[in-house]
Amino acid sequence: MTDGPARAALVRLVRDEGRRVLATLVRQLGDLPLAEDAVQDAALRALETWPRDGVPEQPRAWLTLTARRRAIDLLRRESVRPGKEALAVVPEDPPPPETVRDDLLRLIFVCCHPALAHQTQVALALRTLCGLSVAEVGQALLVPEETMAKRLTRARQKIAKAAIPYRVPDDHELPDRLRGVLATVYLLFTEGYDPVGEVRPTLVDEAVRLTRLLRELMPGEPSVLGLLALELLTDSRREARRDAAGLPVLLADQDRSRWRRDLIAEGVLLVGEGLRRSPDRPDPYVVQAAIAACHALAPTWAATDWQAVVSWYDVLLQVEDTPVVRLNRAAALAERDGPAAGLLAVDAVAGLERYPLRHAARAELLDRLGDHAAARAAYDAALALPQDPAQAAQLRRRRDRVTGPTGG
Amino acid sequence: MPQYAALIYNADVDWTRPEFADVTKEYGEFGQAAAAVIRGGAALYQTGTATTVRVQGGKGGDVVATDGPYAETKEALTGFYLFECADLDEAVKWAAQIPGAWDGAVEVRPVIDFGSQGG
Repeated sequence: MTDGPARAALVRLVRDEGRRVLATLVRQLGDLPLAEDAVQDAALRALETWPRDGVPEQPRAWLTLTARRRAIDLLRRESVRPGKEALAVVPEDPPPPETVRDDLLRLIFVCCHPALAHQTQVALALRTLCGLSVAEVGQALLVPEETMAKRLTRARQKIAKAAIPYRVPDDHELPDRLRGVLATVYLLFTEGYDPVGEVRPTLVDEAVRLTRLLRELMPGEPSVLGLLALELLTDSRREARRDAAGLPVLLADQDRSRWRRDLIAEGVLLVGEGLRRSPDRPDPYVVQAAIAACHALAPTWAATDWQAVVSWYDVLLQVEDTPVVRLNRAAALAERDGPAAGLLAVDAVAGLERYPLRHAARAELLDRLGDHAAARAAYDAALALPQDPAQAAQLRRRRDRVTGPTGG
Repeated sequence: MPQYAALIYNADVDWTRPEFADVTKEYGEFGQAAAAVIRGGAALYQTGTATTVRVQGGKGGDVVATDGPYAETKEALTGFYLFECADLDEAVKWAAQIPGAWDGAVEVRPVIDFGSQGG
């Protein structure tokens, strides 16, 4: 067992159980770096010995014991470290499931604390919550390992020195803090799933796993259901988003037979549950997932239920009124009512003059209305703005198609 | 008698590290020499441990806590408090009630407790 699915499953088991062991050990020791070092060492030993000796009957108990011993070793070596007394009373057996659940939540709320920068939260989530090595975190976030190590060290120092509390927020602050956690997880997802950039599967997969964990820990929480649904429905299109040349393919042009039906089915169910659980004020993630579901369920672009899409955007505007949401609503309106109505709606959106996709949306509608010169000018306006090279390449291709294949 | 705040500006270092033992010793000597006039004081952790608190929309508005020190030059240092709190959340909560946070910013920085540093 050196490579392949068996190895991957083992790594996954060690990471999942290791995360639970870590969450509890942090509480017991009150020292995140020490707990992380100890659990990382236990995880490495597991990956070394389990393939040879077989997976123990109770992997978590094995990891708990090994990590605890390692922590004792580390404490003996550095006699001044705090937590020494704490370890004397650390039980050797893994705690009951409710305690593990609370420990995990505490750890999540520490890593996603608002006093840490967003990018730091994302890095901590990958390192501490997902169990990736520092090198892997650096690779996933396109940051050199050394820089990433420094950033993580600084983050841990801040957590310790500034006394960022290791606790689940009180009821009155929970909604706000949970929004912060979900924003971090979604940032992790979108970092990996930039609509035009290259897919970074590690980030996408880890974000989905973390969201699933949150759902396990906070069952029935509408915003968690909504985020998971949105991620699954977005991810269902992963294989269809790029053509053979690696260029991004618009939703309208995607080969829908390549969409993952299993993810769509799960996502749609989650949207339903999320809506049932937030009847008074729909959660923004649930509503965004509902829009994604309208697309996922349409057999073709033309057969999309545009009335439903526009209505969902109206709901979304009530809970999250941003210029980009308004632009997307205008694009859906164009499909429902035609390009002239759509263009009026796009032009009515203020505040997006520096947003390339606003100009691209205008260009598309002007082209459909037969005003090719204005369409080309709008594409040029979009291309004059700073943006991702893959998106620019796609916009150039669309601009060059405006006058038809023989024009020019 | 008038009172004065002596605000210390230096390289952004971690005073608890062993290589600064000489400097902290000198601070100790200063503390003894100036004991008659010192009414209070503290060494701070590095700016990396700082959190800057602002209240959007003035009194009672949304509390926005961001990572890092206060790094603008528009406003000037106009005062300080020394809090003793259970954790950062409590410190931020109180910082947000300082009127200066309503139209400016309050930087919250942990104080070094040399007593529990173990040397």
